[in-house]
Amino acid sequence: MKKITRAFFTLALGGMLFTGCNQPAGDNAETTESSAPEQDVSKGQSMVAASEGETPNILQVALGSPDHTTLVAAVQAAELEDVLVNAGPFTVFAPTNAAFDALPPGTVEDLVKPENKATLANIIKYHAAPGKYTGANIKGVMMIGQATGDKVVVEEKDGATYVNGAKILGTVEASNGVVHVIDGVLLPPAKN
Amino acid sequence: MKSLKISIAALIGISGLFIGCQSGGQKKAASATGSDAASSVYVAPGEYDEFYAFMSGGFSGQLSVQGLPSGRVFKVIPVFSVDAEKGYGFNEETKPMLNTSHGFIPWDDAHHPELSQTDGVPDGRWCFINGNNTPRVARIDLKTFETTEILELPNSGGNHSSPFITENSEYIVAGTRFSVPIPQRNMPINLAKGNFKGALSFITANEPGNMTIKFQILVPGFDYDLAHSGKGKSHGWTFFTTYNTEEAHTLKEAYASQNDKDYIAAVNWKKAEEYLAAGNFTEMPAEYAHNYYDERTQSATSSMLKTVKVLDPAKCPGLIYYMPCPKSPHGIDVNPTGDYIVGAGKLSADLTVHSFDKMIAAIEGKQFDGDAYGIPVLKFDAVNIGTVSSGGLGPLHTEFDDKGNAYTSFFISSEVVKWKVGTWEVLDRVPCYYSVGHLMIPGGDSKKPWGKYMVAMNKITKDRYLPTGPEMCHSAQLYDISGEKMKLILDFPTMGEPHYAQGIHADVVKPNSQKIYRLDENEHPFACKKESEARVERDGKDVHVYMTMIRSHFAPDNISGLEVGDRVYFHVTNLEQDWDTPHGFSVLGANNSELLIMPGQTETLVWEPKKEGVWPFYCTDFCSALHQEMQGYLGVGAKGQGGELKWSLGD
Repeated sequence: MKKITRAFFTLALGGMLFTGCNQPAGDNAETTESSAPEQDVSKGQSMVAASEGETPNILQVALGSPDHTTLVAAVQAAELEDVLVNAGPFTVFAPTNAAFDALPPGTVEDLVKPENKATLANIIKYHAAPGKYTGANIKGVMMIGQATGDKVVVEEKDGATYVNGAKILGTVEASNGVVHVIDGVLLPPAKN
Repeated sequence: MKSLKISIAALIGISGLFIGCQSGGQKKAASATGSDAASSVYVAPGEYDEFYAFMSGGFSGQLSVQGLPSGRVFKVIPVFSVDAEKGYGFNEETKPMLNTSHGFIPWDDAHHPELSQTDGVPDGRWCFINGNNTPRVARIDLKTFETTEILELPNSGGNHSSPFITENSEYIVAGTRFSVPIPQRNMPINLAKGNFKGALSFITANEPGNMTIKFQILVPGFDYDLAHSGKGKSHGWTFFTTYNTEEAHTLKEAYASQNDKDYIAAVNWKKAEEYLAAGNFTEMPAEYAHNYYDERTQSATSSMLKTVKVLDPAKCPGLIYYMPCPKSPHGIDVNPTGDYIVGAGKLSADLTVHSFDKMIAAIEGKQFDGDAYGIPVLKFDAVNIGTVSSGGLGPLHTEFDDKGNAYTSFFISSEVVKWKVGTWEVLDRVPCYYSVGHLMIPGGDSKKPWGKYMVAMNKITKDRYLPTGPEMCHSAQLYDISGEKMKLILDFPTMGEPHYAQGIHADVVKPNSQKIYRLDENEHPFACKKESEARVERDGKDVHVYMTMIRSHFAPDNISGLEVGDRVYFHVTNLEQDWDTPHGFSVLGANNSELLIMPGQTETLVWEPKKEGVWPFYCTDFCSALHQEMQGYLGVGAKGQGGELKWSLGD
C-alpha cells in the first residue's frame, strides 16, 4: 500500500510539472496553420498560478501536505482539482494517508481505476461541504450537507470533534475554506 | 501541528513551480476554442451584430448593451447610478429619478435585466431591471436606451427575485431577499424567526409612467431568491425560490443550510386579481417613491406614494402554495412550453424538475404535506416529475434553446451542462473560466428562444485577461449552441458584475431606435428653440440662462453681471436635428457635472460661482471641425458687485 501511495504522489507531482510547463507544445499548436481536429485540452482554475503572499487554497494545502498524497492522487484521478480551487467556501475533511491505508487492501487501487472514476468522485465529494464549518459554528451535534447531497454528522466529544466518527486531528485555514485533517475515510451512503 | 508547518514549506516549493510555468496554463486554456472560432464571432467592419445583449452591471448600478457574437460594448446605461458621462443623476432633469423614501440614492446593485414580452416573446419595447439594495425596479426605454421610470418597493429588504415578467408584460415581480419586520419597526434581531416577513410584489409593467404596485402578498420570513413567471399553460402563475426556510438571522452560511428542502413559492396571480376585485385586501400605510422621466418635457418628476394594497394568504385560499425543492434553490426557470419548473438547489448536486400539470392536480387533490405559516406545502412526490443528475456541483440557473434542450450553469464545478427536457438526460458539458453564475441565451427564458448562442457570465476572472491590478473585469464566455456539442468561441469582458442578461435579435430593436429628439416636440419648460430667443433672466439670486448650442457656438457665449452667491441655471438646448450630433457643456468650477445633450434635447446644469473672475465654458463632445472654438465666457463679480446683467453673441 505504501508503495502505491508513493507511486501516486510521484505521478501527481510529475503531472503538475508536465501540465505546468507544457508551453512549447501549446505554442506549436497555435502557430501551425494545420486544421488539426479540435482538442479539448482546457485546464481550469487549478492552473492559475499562485503568487507569493497569497493565502493557499484548499488544493494547494493538500498538495503541500506529505500526509495527504493519497488524497491528492484520488482528487486528481477523479479530476476534481478545479473544484477545490473554486471560490467556495468549502469545508474539506481530509483523510490522512494512514486513514486510506486502513481501508481493506485493494480498495484504493480499485477506486483510482478509470472505470471507477464516478464512484471515486462521489467519495471525494462526500468529504467536501459548501460553507465554512469551523470553530464557533460547529456546535454540539450538527448535520452538514456535503457536495454529494448526503449529510455527515459532526459532533463534539471529550474536547475533540468527530465527523461520522472520524476524529479531526488538525485544522488548516485556506483561502477558499478550511481543511480538517481526519483519521478516517468517510464512506457515503449507498445510492439507490 | 508539525505536519502543517511542513505542509506550508512544501507548498511554497510548489507555488514556485506554478509561477515558473505560469504561461503554460494560459496557452492551453486558450486553445480550448475551436479552430473556426475566430470566423464565427467575427463581425466585419461596418457590419452589425446579430443580437443585442443587455447585461446587468451589478454593483455599478448600470446596464450595458453589448453585441453578439462580437461582445462589443455599445452603451452603458446608468439606471440606479449617477453617470459622469451623460450627467444622469447630476442634471436637474434626471435628479428626481434617483429619489427614494430614504432620500437621493445614486447607486444600487442592479441584478436582473428582463425584456418586455408579447405573447411570451421578447418584443423589444422595454428592458426592466431591479435594484437590490434600496429596493427598486426600473424601466429602460429601448427607443432611446435611457432609464425612464423607477419605482421603489416598500416592505422589502432587498429586491432580488425581480423583475421576471409575465408573458404579456402584465406584471414584473419583486420578492424580497432579506425578510424584515413588516411594517418596519425596531425589534430584537434574534427574534426574527416568525416575526420577520417577506413581500412578493406584482407591478404593472405595460403602461409607461404608471408603474404601480398592483398588490403585495405578505409571506413568511424566508429569503426569496429568484423568480420566473409561467408561460403558455402556466401563464397566470409566478414561481419564486426561497432559501433560509430555517429563518436564521445570523451566520446564514451555516445556519441557513440545515433543512433538506426549501420551497418554491407558486403564486396564482390571476387568483390575486380576483381577490383584489372582490376587495379582499388591506390598504397598508407605506412610503415609496415613483419617478418618471417624461419624454415630452424631457424632465423627471418624483412623487411619494403613501399606501400599498396587501393580500394576506390566510384570507386568500388558493393564492399561494409551496413546492419543496432541495437545498437552498437559486434559479427557478420555466421551459418554453410552460410545462416544467426547474429548481436549481445550489447546495445540491441535482436539479429538481416539477411539473405544472402535476402541481395543479396536487392542488386539486389536496396532496398537502402540512403547511408553512398557513401556506399549504404540496407533497414533493406529487409535484416532482424529474431530477437531472449530472455530477455537476452548485447548480445555479437554467436557460433553454428552441430544440427542447436546457442549459444549466454550475458554479462550483465551473461548467455548463446541457440536458434534454422531458428525459432529463445529460447530453453535453463544457467548462467555464471560471465559476459561472448565470447563463443567457437570447430569448432563453421566453417561449421562443433564439438557440444559436449562449453567454456564460463568470464570477471569477483571475488570469483570463491582461491583469489590471486587484480589480478586474468580469469575464463572459460565448458558446455556439447550434450543434449537438457546445463550442466555446469567445471570451469577452463585461462592465461591473453581470448577474443576468437578456438577449434579443437585433431586428426586433434596431428599427425602433430613435435618432434625435424632435425640437418641435420638445416641451421642456426651459427649452430655447431658436438662437434669437436665447436670453438671461435674473430672479433674485437665481439666474436662468436660456442657451442654445449648434455647430460650433453657444448663444449667448458671453455673459456678464453674474455674482458670487448666484445660482445660475444653464438651460441648454441642442438645436441640431441630425443623427449623432450631441454637444457637451461644462463650466469651470461647476460642482456637479458636465452635460451631454442629444440633438433636440434640453438639459439643465446648476452652477454656483465661488470666485470672482472670468470663467470659460465649452463644449465637451468633439462635435465638429470647429469644436475647439465652441466656447464662451462668464463674468463673475464679487457678491453685490456683479454689475449689469448682459449677454451677447458676436458683439
